[in-house]
Amino acid sequence: MHLHRRELLATAAWFVAGTAAARAGLISGHLPWQPNAGYPPIAARPGPWLFFSSDEAATVEAIVDRIIPPDPQTAGGKEAGCAVYIDRQLAGPYGKDEGLFRGGPFQPGTKSQGPQSPVTPAELYRKGIAALDKHCRDKFGGKRFADLSETDKDAVLHDLDASQVKFEQADGKVFFDQILKDTQQGFFADPIYGGNKDMVAWKMIGFPGARYNYLDWIERHNERFPLPPVGIVGSINWTPKKS
Amino acid sequence: MPRPGPLLAIACASALPLALLVNGAPAATPNQQNFAQIEHGRYLATLADCVACHTKKDGGPPFAGGRPIETPFGMIFSANITPDPGTGIGNWTEQQFDDAVRRGIRPDGRRLYPAMPYPFYTKMSRDDVRAIRAYLATIPAVHNRVVTNQLPFPFNIRMAMQVWDMLFFTAGEFKPDPKKSAEWNRGAFLVQGPGHCGACHTPKNFLGADENSKALQGSPVQGWFAPNITSDKTRGLGSMSVEDIAALLKTGHDRITTVTGPMAEEVEDASSHFKGDDLKAIATYLKSVPGGNDEPNRTPVAANDPRMQAGKAIFRDTCSACHGLDAKGVSNLFPALADAPSVRSPDPTSAIRVVLRGARSVATAQEPTAPAMPSFGWQLNDDQIAAVLTYVRNSWGAAAKPVSSDDVKNQRSALAQRTD
Amino acid sequence: MARKLPHKDVVIIGLGWTGSILAHELTDEGLDVIAIERGPWRDEATDYPPNYAQDELRYRIRHELFLRPDQNTFTFRNKMNQTALPIRTWGAFMPPNGVGGGGVHWNAETWRFLPSDFVLKTHLTQRYGANFLPEDMTIQDWGITWEDIEPHYDQFEYLTGTCGTAGNLQGKIREGGNPFEGPRSRPYPNPAQKQGFGHTLWAKAAKELGYKPFPQPSGNMSQAYVNPLGVRMGPCTYCGFCEWFGCGNYSKASPQTTILPVLVRKSNFSAYDNCEVTKINLDGSGKRATGVTFVDSQGNESEQTADLVILAGFSIFNVQMLLHSKIGTPYDPVANTGVIGRNFTHQCMSSVDAFFDNKKFNFNPFIASGAIGMCIDDFNGDNIDHGPLGFVGGGYLGQVQTNGRPIETTPVPKGTPRWGAKWKQAVRDNYLSNIKGGSIHGSMYSYRDVYLDLDPTYKDRFGRPMVRMTIDFHDNELKAAAFMANKYAEIVKAMGAHTIEPKPRKGPYDVTTYQTTHLNGGAIMGTDPKTSALNRYLQSWDVPNLFVMGATAFPQNAGYNPTGTVGALAYWSAKAIREQYLKHPGPLVNA
Repeated sequence: MHLHRRELLATAAWFVAGTAAARAGLISGHLPWQPNAGYPPIAARPGPWLFFSSDEAATVEAIVDRIIPPDPQTAGGKEAGCAVYIDRQLAGPYGKDEGLFRGGPFQPGTKSQGPQSPVTPAELYRKGIAALDKHCRDKFGGKRFADLSETDKDAVLHDLDASQVKFEQADGKVFFDQILKDTQQGFFADPIYGGNKDMVAWKMIGFPGARYNYLDWIERHNERFPLPPVGIVGSINWTPKKS
Repeated sequence: MPRPGPLLAIACASALPLALLVNGAPAATPNQQNFAQIEHGRYLATLADCVACHTKKDGGPPFAGGRPIETPFGMIFSANITPDPGTGIGNWTEQQFDDAVRRGIRPDGRRLYPAMPYPFYTKMSRDDVRAIRAYLATIPAVHNRVVTNQLPFPFNIRMAMQVWDMLFFTAGEFKPDPKKSAEWNRGAFLVQGPGHCGACHTPKNFLGADENSKALQGSPVQGWFAPNITSDKTRGLGSMSVEDIAALLKTGHDRITTVTGPMAEEVEDASSHFKGDDLKAIATYLKSVPGGNDEPNRTPVAANDPRMQAGKAIFRDTCSACHGLDAKGVSNLFPALADAPSVRSPDPTSAIRVVLRGARSVATAQEPTAPAMPSFGWQLNDDQIAAVLTYVRNSWGAAAKPVSSDDVKNQRSALAQRTD
Repeated sequence: MARKLPHKDVVIIGLGWTGSILAHELTDEGLDVIAIERGPWRDEATDYPPNYAQDELRYRIRHELFLRPDQNTFTFRNKMNQTALPIRTWGAFMPPNGVGGGGVHWNAETWRFLPSDFVLKTHLTQRYGANFLPEDMTIQDWGITWEDIEPHYDQFEYLTGTCGTAGNLQGKIREGGNPFEGPRSRPYPNPAQKQGFGHTLWAKAAKELGYKPFPQPSGNMSQAYVNPLGVRMGPCTYCGFCEWFGCGNYSKASPQTTILPVLVRKSNFSAYDNCEVTKINLDGSGKRATGVTFVDSQGNESEQTADLVILAGFSIFNVQMLLHSKIGTPYDPVANTGVIGRNFTHQCMSSVDAFFDNKKFNFNPFIASGAIGMCIDDFNGDNIDHGPLGFVGGGYLGQVQTNGRPIETTPVPKGTPRWGAKWKQAVRDNYLSNIKGGSIHGSMYSYRDVYLDLDPTYKDRFGRPMVRMTIDFHDNELKAAAFMANKYAEIVKAMGAHTIEPKPRKGPYDVTTYQTTHLNGGAIMGTDPKTSALNRYLQSWDVPNLFVMGATAFPQNAGYNPTGTVGALAYWSAKAIREQYLKHPGPLVNA
């Protein structure tokens, strides 16, 4: 699949209002228009890690493969590209909490007041991964998370989820909730962002993807929709087969 | 088309004023107190769409010139035709104005380039041109000096135009055909004369002159392909009714197709203001122009061709969002690709352009919505665009030349140079 | 030094639904109108075309079409004795930004309120007695009646091509429509949308239980439509990327698809985008607006003077503007004085999730629109006798599932692990055969301790105090929620679900889970300047050449989506301006 890539980063970018196609001043007389105008998504390029070190990446790949384990029918988180997705997201605006309100003072609040921490996702991952691997080395005789058995990995993650593990430099539960959310979102997002490789997640559930016209199906009740999924940049069916 | 020998051409050019004097009553001079003449001139100026070329695109003062006109040979800048004495036509005599509009000759005797469509305006009468002059004399004078000739060497040598005129230009007013209806004749006059449709829609030879044997069969212009507007049923207007065509010219939209690009400007400035009878006359005439389909028995590309299969998938997955699963579109909103003749132009430039860059259709008072086609150039590669266009051009009963990946690739680079 | 711009007859703050309607009406009156919009121009083909609009991550999860919290946000607390903290990322609601406002990315659910909603205080007091209402409930009558506003509901519905089945045509109850609706003068301009399997089955079950299901009134076109302005829309294609997203194929009603193409062609209309109005300026008397000050994207200040000012932003921003411009007395909840910030409300939303046998039920949840669905109004407003129930208010119940977008809509039954092989399996097994978020659209009435004011600590990017929201649920609404969730669960049981999970709203109100963006009140309309900020024509009591549009005017919220009423009020107000105010500028109501 050929993408027009202008940048390495994969982001569902927080475009700041005002980066509109160059047109200053007053609107009057005509609806504004320019050729090629628009803000197509910026795709994740395959290639080296942009945010994670190779050690961090190994840990993250191991985590995503337990959050979404592989099975005979559907790839797991690692093969689906969830770690790539997270890497590209953290390297972009999402990692920096760009667009969120980051003014001070930061003070803890009630649960209903929502997140109030100055720690960005990028910082949380750095600290969380380091703390996790340290915890594993301490508890499992020098092994990092990625080296543990599947059973042990699951046990560690369960403990994190249940707030049974205390990290020094990071909140283990907050870290786990973050990576859980990111993994599952990357699994189901459009493949353009690095996860859901070959639309495996969509095929798993029967979601036809980025289609736009179901007029011939709205009244076909209780019937399985037969067409394969399509991403924003299409599917292999969009490319003429070489004879 | 007859090519008068040099002597004959010069003889013609100088013979006319004598002929007029010989023929009879003194002609009416342009008169700013003659309301009827001015109104007549204003309508003729609308028919001839003077304002489009003679006004800068981003809101320059009307008729003050300075707009770059693309020709196959380079850029020409339109002249200031406001009544300014120094930089406009304020000091021109009526004869000089008529020579310019109907014979392509400037007051200093040098030739105009046919970017000024005098080969079409020659069909108007002397009185018509007088009326236009009367109208132009009433608009605000603007001091704006324009260097019109900015063509590269050797095209900037106006003397060459004398030869061109000898080869390709026949002066002469429109002569009605007594065997045809008044409506047809009116339409013929409008199309061949002030409407100068052939300036864009008739293919040109290598020297930029009309190939009259292929009149109105379509021609590249400004990075688009101005479509075939003859009676041809598959690639021209043959399958559209007179009402459809009139609606398209008046409002920019009809039940099958819509207008964009340079024609959008034409509709906005000119044909949306034409009288209803004139629009019908134009439609009537166009539907009688022979099509000259050079591939009458073309078979469509086979449905199992890999390009058609890929194109079908792309169409269903994305184009159908607006153009419908059956490609019948939505009347006056999304073109019916199954029926729109311009989609099947032998030259696919417009179709490729619209897919690559997107396009806004025209807004008029009757049809203000002006829906726009998005740009697909970032999403589809050359093979994919070639496939989907080949599919659209060879489905639903149509058969047209497939689009190749190279066609798309070349146009991408050509468009990258354009700013419009 | 602010740049002074040429004077205009009218300046409109915000170019969303109400800004566009007022601009259209007042330019038709011959006035010279300028609109100033904080966010960017938005257009279908360039901003949300149907080749990249369908991106769940970008638009639903990262909220790209919405206001950025770092451009403006609010602080929030539940109770007056707490410290309010900034809403750092949107959760409970998503404020709009840009030309078209919320009209670009709304669901297009286009409801009318009930006749009794407009005279709520009188109606409930008459029926149940004053003591039936909680002591701190501050509901009020609106100052208008159903008869006043009905023609303008009609106007908004025909502008936007609302698709529905009339239930009460001039007093005659019609089969298939909502029998509880107020009498309407005309049918809907378009037939109802088609429904999916889940919606249809739910309606069948509801009918068998004795309720009166009807199709949700939808601003997603059931067929191609030309509105009275000559603007065209195409048919909705049930793409399932509706709410949160712009509509790529001109089939969702928005200012872009209904008004703006005609508006921009008028020589007496112009607009600035990416310019934020920071203040409405007043003259020395404080009783007359002279115009506005705004800041462009480079930070330059300009001043736009005008004879008439229309404040047409999203509700809370209108209140913020009034507070910063010192128009009207700020509300003091302790002393119970003042009006700006009073009677702030949201919506009390509950839901029911249900799971079905995937061998028997395939709902294709991805085939949907934003306003599809079948609803019953049997529990809305005062449509039932609340005497034995111990609460007032209610909402519509609807199977209005709008999408099968996988990040958002892959529910698993309660008890399923949140991750791992069992989670994956449960997602796989339930995706096509669930009802997620079956909707109970509960009203929220107004209370003394639910209000808006200015925060003492946190400032916006211009250094002005942020708006502070003090809001929590009251027992009345939570009782209603529990009651209606049970009713909904019964319907879903009759449908054949094997697992039913009612999720009635429980307190405290939190800003992290989405509960509609129906934020209302804060500068309400009414008949008494002591308890309202605006008169019945949305004219400011304090500054007669200022009119304030939007749901800011609602004295309390009803059990319906607000946009239909917001549009109708805009037309009602525009009519008063055109027919009365312009002839005799000054207060339209003497109180």
